Amino acid sequence: MRTMIRGNESIAYAFKLARVQVVPAYPITPSTLVPEKISEFIANGEMKAEFVPVESEHSAMSAAVGASARGVRVGTATASQGLALMHEILFIASGMRLPIVIGIGNRALSAPINIWCDHQDMMAERDTGWLQFYAENNQEGLDLGIMAFKIAEDERILLPAMVGLDAFVLTHTVEPVDMPEQSDVDEFLGEFVPHYVTLDPEKPATLGSFGFPEHYMEFKFAQWVAMERAKKVIDEVFAEFEKKFGRKYQKVTPEFTEDADIIFVTIGSMSGTTREFIKKMRAQGKKVGMVKITTFRPFPKEELKEALKNAKVVAVTERNISFGFGGAVYGELGATFANMANKPKIIDFIVGLGGRDITFKTLESVLSEAEKALNGEDVSEVNWIDVNKEAVYKSEGLQ
Amino acid sequence: MELITRGAVITEPGNTIENKTGSWRVFKPIINYEKCIRCMICWQYCPEPCILKIEDEEKKKNTPAPKEAMKRLPVVEIDYDYCKGCGICYNECPVKAIDFVMEER
Amino acid sequence: MNYENEEFFAPGHGMCAGCGAPIIVKWILKLAGPNTIVTNATGCLEVATTAYPRTSWRVPWLHIAFENAAAAAAGVEAATKAKGEKLNIIAFGGDGGTVDIGFQALSGMVERGHNVLYVLYDNEAYMNTGIQRSGATPWGAWTTTSKVGTVNPIGKIRPKKPIAKIIAAHDAAYVATANPAIFQDFKKKVQKALDTEGAKFLHVISSCTTGWRHDPSKTVEIMRLATDTGIFPLYEIENGDFENMRITYKPKKFKPVEEYLKTQGRFRHLVKNPEYVKKIQEDVDAWWAKYGKYYRH
Repeated sequence: MRTMIRGNESIAYAFKLARVQVVPAYPITPSTLVPEKISEFIANGEMKAEFVPVESEHSAMSAAVGASARGVRVGTATASQGLALMHEILFIASGMRLPIVIGIGNRALSAPINIWCDHQDMMAERDTGWLQFYAENNQEGLDLGIMAFKIAEDERILLPAMVGLDAFVLTHTVEPVDMPEQSDVDEFLGEFVPHYVTLDPEKPATLGSFGFPEHYMEFKFAQWVAMERAKKVIDEVFAEFEKKFGRKYQKVTPEFTEDADIIFVTIGSMSGTTREFIKKMRAQGKKVGMVKITTFRPFPKEELKEALKNAKVVAVTERNISFGFGGAVYGELGATFANMANKPKIIDFIVGLGGRDITFKTLESVLSEAEKALNGEDVSEVNWIDVNKEAVYKSEGLQ
Repeated sequence: MELITRGAVITEPGNTIENKTGSWRVFKPIINYEKCIRCMICWQYCPEPCILKIEDEEKKKNTPAPKEAMKRLPVVEIDYDYCKGCGICYNECPVKAIDFVMEER
Repeated sequence: MNYENEEFFAPGHGMCAGCGAPIIVKWILKLAGPNTIVTNATGCLEVATTAYPRTSWRVPWLHIAFENAAAAAAGVEAATKAKGEKLNIIAFGGDGGTVDIGFQALSGMVERGHNVLYVLYDNEAYMNTGIQRSGATPWGAWTTTSKVGTVNPIGKIRPKKPIAKIIAAHDAAYVATANPAIFQDFKKKVQKALDTEGAKFLHVISSCTTGWRHDPSKTVEIMRLATDTGIFPLYEIENGDFENMRITYKPKKFKPVEEYLKTQGRFRHLVKNPEYVKKIQEDVDAWWAKYGKYYRH
């Protein structure tokens, strides 16, 4: 059924369709509408779930771990500072192998406080052992929200998952989506069965034990193994979803890459702008293409190697920064190609932090640098685009 | 239980009984069954817990309590496999029926 | 069903000889029985009872982190409701995990009224990390972060946080202070808490032999002195009704506080100075002058 929803609602509807049983959540801009919508669904009798209006995101994730350990399907939502406050418990959720799903309204981190879009919040959590998916639009948010449960709960995997939607650009923007039928989602997900040891008085188990050096590393290796196995399971679930619902998902989606000399790498809503930009450039005869990353954890190394193998220059455009190094995607992509004999030049472009618009002008600046690199000119490894550098140099006393 | 479980769960409830913490003991409590009045205070306060309350007639026969003492129920017995020798039982016994002596090994 | 003769907390754990906490835990589990799930804050009780691959717990048990035993319990409770089941959900936390770092999660859990029994075993300092002062450390106690010297001869210079009253002020269904050394009163309160629907909070005194610095055999004796000197009064408050607070136990004759203080190394410096002992005695007397009327037979 064709429905108009905001990005936040795509997460709320995904939870409703997945028959999530417990939702502990704390409001934060821009994802507040998720708990509001869940509260509304429950109040209307449209959804049978326990909503726990916790007093912080730290408690939201703690209650999520408690509920998941008890053996029910659990979802929550947050963003930015809220995700950062959950940080400690994110490691614990994955270490305990609990398939919790979070919807994230991807937002910048303080200071200064800023409520608009960038990916710093989720990128900062990439080492917490969670599966990570980024949506380009509300349809993807809804679909990935549903699929996240199936992937996370798979007996071979048992890892929690986060689905990111860009702050405001998606979370607050109404878009038409194809709303799956409840019966189809029921068939797709099946009844929730915890494929893990739960808190059950019939079979008393101890969850969250103390791990000494003689065992700890094996538990971490187990998470590594699960993350590696997830690569195949994600493909299977994407394929099954396509068969049932007719929408195709890939960990990375190459577009116009066949003959492209320069390939843009994108994540999230910037992919739409980039796609239009590339069409325009191709109309002018420029050999450019793009690769959209949907799955960031596990990092799709093989797919990226394949998608970018013929590129001469890869322009990574990303809304996050690791100070003292560069962007996360650039770092990981660089490492992916490190041992390859033939590799493209990989150049990093930091764009759109804290909600700064990514426009054709932004992408023209990116392309211009990438073309210099293509022509053999020296180009910086990490480039900040659309930034008033003069003002900064002045404030830092460099002029 | 397998060597490594998913999520580090422990599925054998109470399996610390494999840890024989009696090896920690320096002083050893010994029940004087002649004096014991079966008040159960030692059993009540043992923090291990390793003071057993034995009510079953058959099991009672296997305790070190002398026959005279067994006429009354229940019988308390210290499980020295786990007793760390804290001495709470010795200190709390209202009739001084527990001796506390240096452990001989 | 009565489970008093069963043990849901197994021996072989790594708690120190003479620790007060296992006495509290084993009795709460005996009274709760097997239809129980426990959440546990990080602390001695957690690390010393669940070193993988061994556990002392014979009921389902969950540890997540230091500051969230109450939030973990709230999640377990919500899921239990979602499953349409009913059981005892008990959270154990030390004073650090309860009155300090875990205070927010506890406050939230109680305010939301989850059907959870939260048990604070209060040994009055961060003992798991090695005797650092907490919000529950009493005035004048030596700890490794409230050291006694020529400039500060007192030790901790702030009074103990009145956590039971703070939680009662949330209109919690049931709040009580309890002392396993005053055994019948302790048992009655645990049972009452288990029988009450809603958020319940038990503040239980729990001696730490290494932190309080006393012989392990003296644990129960010293805890008893805490109440018999009037330092750790035993009371209960239901639904935030302070007007009808009940002091449930009163010694026939109060012992001087010095009898309690002199049993422990952490107060050694105080006992040497009659002024300090006098101050503590006056504080205790003032408490009883103010609240003594709430003693009900």
